[in-house]
Amino acid sequence: MALKHVNAVIVGSGAGGGVVAKELAAAGLSVVLLERGRFQSAADCRKDDLRNQRTTVLGNGFGPDDSRNPRVLVGEDGSERVVAASESGYSNNAACVGGGTFSYGAMAWRFMEQDFRMRSIYGAVEGSTLEDWPVGYGDLEPYYDKAEWEMGVSGDVSADPFKAPRRRPLPMPPLPPNREYELLHPAARRLGLHPFDIPMLRNTVPYNGRGPCMRCRWCVGFACEVDARTGTHNTVIPQALATGNCELRTGCMAREIVLDGSGRARGVVYFDADDRRQQQTADLIIVAGGAVESARLLLNSTSRLFPTGLGNRHDWVGRNLQGHTYSGAAGLFDFDTYDDLGPGAQIAVCDYVHGNPGLAGGAMLANEFIRLPYQFVGYVPAYVPPWGAAHKEFMRRAFKRTVVVMGPTQEMPVFDARVQADPKVTDYWGIPVARLSGGRHPHSIEIARFMAEKADAWVKEAGARRTWRRPPGRGLSAGQHQAGTCRMGDDPKTSVVDKYCRLHDVDNVYVIDASVHVTNGGFNPVLTILAIAYYASDNLVKAWKGIRGRA
Amino acid sequence: MAMKRTSIKRRRFLGMGLTAGAAGSLVSCGRTGGGAYWRFFTAAEARTVDAICEQIIPQDDSPGASEAGVVRFIDLQLTRHFRKHREAYRRGVAGVEAAARERSHKSFADLPPDQQEEVLRQVQEKDSEFFALVRVHTMQGYYGDPRHGGNRDEAGWRMLGLPSPPVRGRLPYEKKAG
Repeated sequence: MALKHVNAVIVGSGAGGGVVAKELAAAGLSVVLLERGRFQSAADCRKDDLRNQRTTVLGNGFGPDDSRNPRVLVGEDGSERVVAASESGYSNNAACVGGGTFSYGAMAWRFMEQDFRMRSIYGAVEGSTLEDWPVGYGDLEPYYDKAEWEMGVSGDVSADPFKAPRRRPLPMPPLPPNREYELLHPAARRLGLHPFDIPMLRNTVPYNGRGPCMRCRWCVGFACEVDARTGTHNTVIPQALATGNCELRTGCMAREIVLDGSGRARGVVYFDADDRRQQQTADLIIVAGGAVESARLLLNSTSRLFPTGLGNRHDWVGRNLQGHTYSGAAGLFDFDTYDDLGPGAQIAVCDYVHGNPGLAGGAMLANEFIRLPYQFVGYVPAYVPPWGAAHKEFMRRAFKRTVVVMGPTQEMPVFDARVQADPKVTDYWGIPVARLSGGRHPHSIEIARFMAEKADAWVKEAGARRTWRRPPGRGLSAGQHQAGTCRMGDDPKTSVVDKYCRLHDVDNVYVIDASVHVTNGGFNPVLTILAIAYYASDNLVKAWKGIRGRA
Repeated sequence: MAMKRTSIKRRRFLGMGLTAGAAGSLVSCGRTGGGAYWRFFTAAEARTVDAICEQIIPQDDSPGASEAGVVRFIDLQLTRHFRKHREAYRRGVAGVEAAARERSHKSFADLPPDQQEEVLRQVQEKDSEFFALVRVHTMQGYYGDPRHGGNRDEAGWRMLGLPSPPVRGRLPYEKKAG
């Protein structure tokens, strides 16, 4: 039996898809929201430190599962291997209603004005496709504001002199300082830096009908036990459903977007929770599966008109895959710095995001989220033996006396860092899997090394007796901050979507998630994804009403 | 034969007399009692792995990996998420045993601690892949959540001075479901 035709079908219910579902449903469009994962809630909090979304030793906490969703990883030497969803290198985000926003750390950064104009500011960087965004900070400011107030952001950015202009402060105050904050704040001031309270999508006072954070140590990677952390699963998606115009279908894996005879998209073919093949027709198709899966869906949507994938006439779909190059430093203190108060990350500086001599960008620096015992094993410095009595003694001595400062370095996009549809390997449903290849730009690593130096100096100034660097990684970068694979731009030859997130080649298909990011900022990207989603939805609704008005 | 390092410690842990005469199944005598059953390891393999883990996180003022039941964690997970590592364990443990016997004609678990450490350093060089695997699994079994079979009595967390997970915001009947 054919499914009832709707105005819009959205593939993916994360930061991008959740917002679009609510905006379109509220505007009166009939919407079907497809999600391959399950609906989970605060009651699904298991506080399992070996199986969550950040530590996946025993599997992903919130999907996808290992058995059905392989990817192919191509090493820099050309070697290929099939990786399961919980293995390193997979570049997983999540597969559940809310996507990454269900279990993330929830830092809610606005990008800075410069982040949208990287090419103009820093010029061409050899080996990189560094480019300006076709939209500027000014275009997005109203939507950043909307995201902050509709969803609810806490924090206090008033002491950050580098922030872009904003119309009003954040709706909720920050959490009271933890011990790390009390050490790092005066230290930053002594160094001439400008510390302030990290903006977070986390209730610190009752907001939107949900209570405040109880400051437990199971934050990033876990379900929030008291539902104080904000994602699309507990804000816009319930609102979308409440309009009566939106249907959420979970357990649904999109196969491809199919076209009609005239080259417009007709609908989405997917496998439902019982593995039945379904076709949902719609006037508008919105792809919001995250940078890897969105690109994969377009590339798997081949047809006579688009033999290499939908919107891929100029071979840009899947290109410029990027994330963040994290680096920083840890320091050992002579006294306890651990106070068992989550989320832990509270203080940041933006002094090094731009304007670093000789470098094309930088990063925000912030103290790290609270660390669980097994996670701390990963922070043991190289000068400590990796096993035996000395290792154990270091764990005992340092666990409560270590402060870590890290930063997400803005990466130089690389054309050959990419997602392809693998020609051989298919998933449980027989769909070609994502094939990830390429590496990160050497300049990204250079900047990240500089950031580690700065983090080191900050931790030292705070009173650490001994510090050690956390050097940047190598190889392909994507992970939970994955972005860039369906670049937004004015020129159809060098981008995938226009500045309203619409495919250049098909006028009723949109990509609305981090895939459209031209560059990914020196910040956690979620608030920008939300802002883009509000912005794109706004334009979509205006255009829709125009069409309807004429009809 | 019965007076091994592990046996003394185990007896101290369980109270004198409880395990006397149960030499063959010492490491398998968990707190929950019961017989010697292993899901994947043979009793001999379990004994070797237990001794390897104890070298990686040895006992001092606080319990080591053996007392924390790390080998139970590994054994259990080898039937679940670590299935893909089964072959590596079978082969790796045999390698450790061979190295021990070559050195002093004894099983690894029967060597004195300093010789065990020497053998492990050898293994670390020759079979670094297996050693890295056991090392990281030991850390997981010692510092990770007890629900997965290791970290008995939250030994790892108590060593770090960390209180147990409080369960807040849930109804009492939900706590049991964990």
